[in-house]
Amino acid sequence: MKKLGVIVNPIAGMGGRVGLKGSDGIEILQKAREMGAEPESPRRAIEALKIIAKLKNEIRVLAYPDEMGADECRQAGLDPEVIGSIESGETSPEDTMEAAREMAERGVDLILFAGGDGTARNIYTAIGPEIPVLGIPAGVKIHSAVYAINPRSAGEVASLYLQGQVVNIREAEVMDIDEEAFRQGRVNARLYGYLKVPVERRVQSVKSGARSEQAEVEGMAAEVVANMEKDTLYVIGPGTTTRTIMERLELPNTLLGVDVVLNRELVDSDVGEKQLFHLLNQHKGKARIVVTAIGGQGHVFGRGNQQISPRVIRLVGKNNIIVVASREKLVALQPHPLLVDTGDPDLDQELSGYVRVVTGWEDSIMYRISNDAD
Amino acid sequence: MARQKKLLRDNYHQARWDESIIFELSVPGERGVLVPCACQNIVSQVGDGVSAIPANLRRKRAPALPEVNQMRVNRHFYHLSQETLGTDVTLGISEGTCTMKYSPKVQEHMAARHPGIVNVHPLQDPDTMQGMLEIYYQVEQFLKEISGMDAFSLQPGGGAHGVYTNASMIRAYHRARGDNKRTEIITTMFSHPCDAATPNTAGFKVITLMPDESGYPDLEAMKAALSERTAGIMITNPEDTGIYNPRIEEYVKAAHAVGALCSYDQANANGMLGIHRAREAGFDMCHFNLHKTFSAPHGCMGPATGAIGVKEFLKPFLPVPRVEFDGQKYILNSNYPESIGKVRSYFGNANVVLKSYMWIMQHGAEGLKEAAICSVLNNQYFMKKIAAIPGVVIWYAKGKRRLEQVRYSWEKLKQDTGVGTDDVNKRIVDYGIEHYWTSHHPWVVPEPFTLEPCESYNKEDLDEYVEVLQQISKEAYADANFVKAAPHKAASHRPTHEAIDDAELIAVTWRQYQKKKGKK
Repeated sequence: MKKLGVIVNPIAGMGGRVGLKGSDGIEILQKAREMGAEPESPRRAIEALKIIAKLKNEIRVLAYPDEMGADECRQAGLDPEVIGSIESGETSPEDTMEAAREMAERGVDLILFAGGDGTARNIYTAIGPEIPVLGIPAGVKIHSAVYAINPRSAGEVASLYLQGQVVNIREAEVMDIDEEAFRQGRVNARLYGYLKVPVERRVQSVKSGARSEQAEVEGMAAEVVANMEKDTLYVIGPGTTTRTIMERLELPNTLLGVDVVLNRELVDSDVGEKQLFHLLNQHKGKARIVVTAIGGQGHVFGRGNQQISPRVIRLVGKNNIIVVASREKLVALQPHPLLVDTGDPDLDQELSGYVRVVTGWEDSIMYRISNDAD
Repeated sequence: MARQKKLLRDNYHQARWDESIIFELSVPGERGVLVPCACQNIVSQVGDGVSAIPANLRRKRAPALPEVNQMRVNRHFYHLSQETLGTDVTLGISEGTCTMKYSPKVQEHMAARHPGIVNVHPLQDPDTMQGMLEIYYQVEQFLKEISGMDAFSLQPGGGAHGVYTNASMIRAYHRARGDNKRTEIITTMFSHPCDAATPNTAGFKVITLMPDESGYPDLEAMKAALSERTAGIMITNPEDTGIYNPRIEEYVKAAHAVGALCSYDQANANGMLGIHRAREAGFDMCHFNLHKTFSAPHGCMGPATGAIGVKEFLKPFLPVPRVEFDGQKYILNSNYPESIGKVRSYFGNANVVLKSYMWIMQHGAEGLKEAAICSVLNNQYFMKKIAAIPGVVIWYAKGKRRLEQVRYSWEKLKQDTGVGTDDVNKRIVDYGIEHYWTSHHPWVVPEPFTLEPCESYNKEDLDEYVEVLQQISKEAYADANFVKAAPHKAASHRPTHEAIDDAELIAVTWRQYQKKKGKK
């Protein structure tokens, strides 16, 4: 019998309705409550759990106490096994982390959680990428890609997964921004890591001859590597998509950082902005930047790869940027454009327009880049 | 007045025969046909007929063919046929993009029985098959008129094969001009995937354009992609969505401006016969699937013909031999030194060409135009009815008409009930309708389904189809799980994705089957 762990961050989403951009920090939470904020995540969790409740006799459900999951499970018609302890009404990120840890120890097959970027980050910090998780979107600011489109979809995908039906497992970005900076109007999102997430396959079966996403991404890596020019310095941005290029080159890779390659050899790993700028200045020949869309909103620059700063981009030149992505990712993103938010509005403007995104072996898609999330 | 009072076949039930694989029916020694022994004077002249074959070419063991009597074989295949839904027993409207029109049976009879057809061999002296060559020649003249192109080849054995041949000619054309820099082909997301795949096979890099907000290929993106490296554009119009691109000339002009060729994928030209021509749209080459628009049955991987048409300046590159008329007789002419060569054995699928010839002759020019008009008219009525079904969404180009087919979406039904397009598709067979075509990969339109009510279908047929979809929508809102557990009345239940996708599990030969099932 499959085991499902349920964690609800009961305060996620509270800031949004009152315009506070996030609900991290006790004072903000207090402020949100004073402004009449209602918890958003319990309602959304129940919506997802109601769909899973159809499987109530086929699965075991583990939940954290009270508003952190047990209440929502019961309201959805599930009879959860309650583990751990919390102080109801005073829950904190530590409770989320503890819940994830205990569920991992008890060998759950999937953790379904309701929350925002902070919640995803807490879970990642607690248990890393071992156990598949799926987010029910309830947060104010969601940059992470570990969430289903909506609560119903989260319930559907989790149900399919728990019934052993085929869903794809994808590595999805866990991102979080500094909420203090965000409330002051600056976005500073970092890429913290990747969690394994089941996604419903939305592709036709064999008749259409669809290649697997993995095969396409490997084709993309082969394409980029085959076209690598001699004496050109390659700046390889973070992400699982760009990782395949480093794997193709049989070089060590920094998943969350920037690596630098010259003539198929590693020059430096996980470089910071200053080091990167220094390396580029020292290098005599041409340089190219290879980046992919990071996070649920498809940022090419400015989220999770801030090492590649405006001055780095200007030094390398717009024409020397190679954007890579899987076809699936672009299709999932449309009609929204890829985004740039480097912190330099003029540069963002220059980078806007059409880019040829390398999507496979000898295969690319023209896609729009915008400096404005529309 | 409708001839059938009740449109919804809710008492339909498919046969389920528990039929074994024919190899499992094998009984050693059983025979379907007893072949007579050779008579004495043949034996005296050729011996046993086997020892003439060199020893190393002779098989050591007899082939492992099933040994089954004739009546049982006959029953076997009837059982299997009753467990499928084919065009002759159901509504081919389901197979959008495939143009499953009714193909008059007389065409089949001629192709299968007429001695002038079945007794002809392509290696005969052309003087002795003038009739067949005349049919080829005439079909070429018809297609030239229908498209405005200057020459056609009927050699490619399928639609994608035709597109591949066009890509090969694009390459040959640029090479002949000494321009070797052109390595890129541009296509669109809603063109048939072979417009990307076959140029790639022919050695090109492929750039795909996404649709803009209106559902048209993004023209600005195309302008950004065009360069001195662009060899050609290969696009469909109307695309899979059924949306006709009225600005097609602008795309062609932009491509020509950088020296690229323009290839029009008109595999499905059913909404355009006598109305719109590749030449007037500015294209240099085009292709028709004779097995779609021109009424040779389409399916089961052929036989098919991808007829390719070009303007005069590309004629030297067409495949050879070409069927020509020298003023007195029909000849096979291979004297085209710049030709890309042969793309198919002999000169293609003659019986497909024959059926198309018959269909065109039965209709005449006015009839072809009427077929196009009826298919478009059918689609307008159909789309209006389907758009009104709860849960259906029509993506892109709100308020705009579609030509002869529509890519619909069950996204709203999925949001509302959890029932998606795969589920509806499993339920539809419970009402005796063939599963529908969802979409080519990838699913840009979510929860897609693509329907094409060709000119063959009358109002009663369309109404039946609409009624079935209405009923399933109603069922989904009332009891989603019931629909998700469908089919309830079909011969086979839902195959798992692994069973269809996993190369480790798929067995296409008896030997593979035994190996993969661990029986050998």
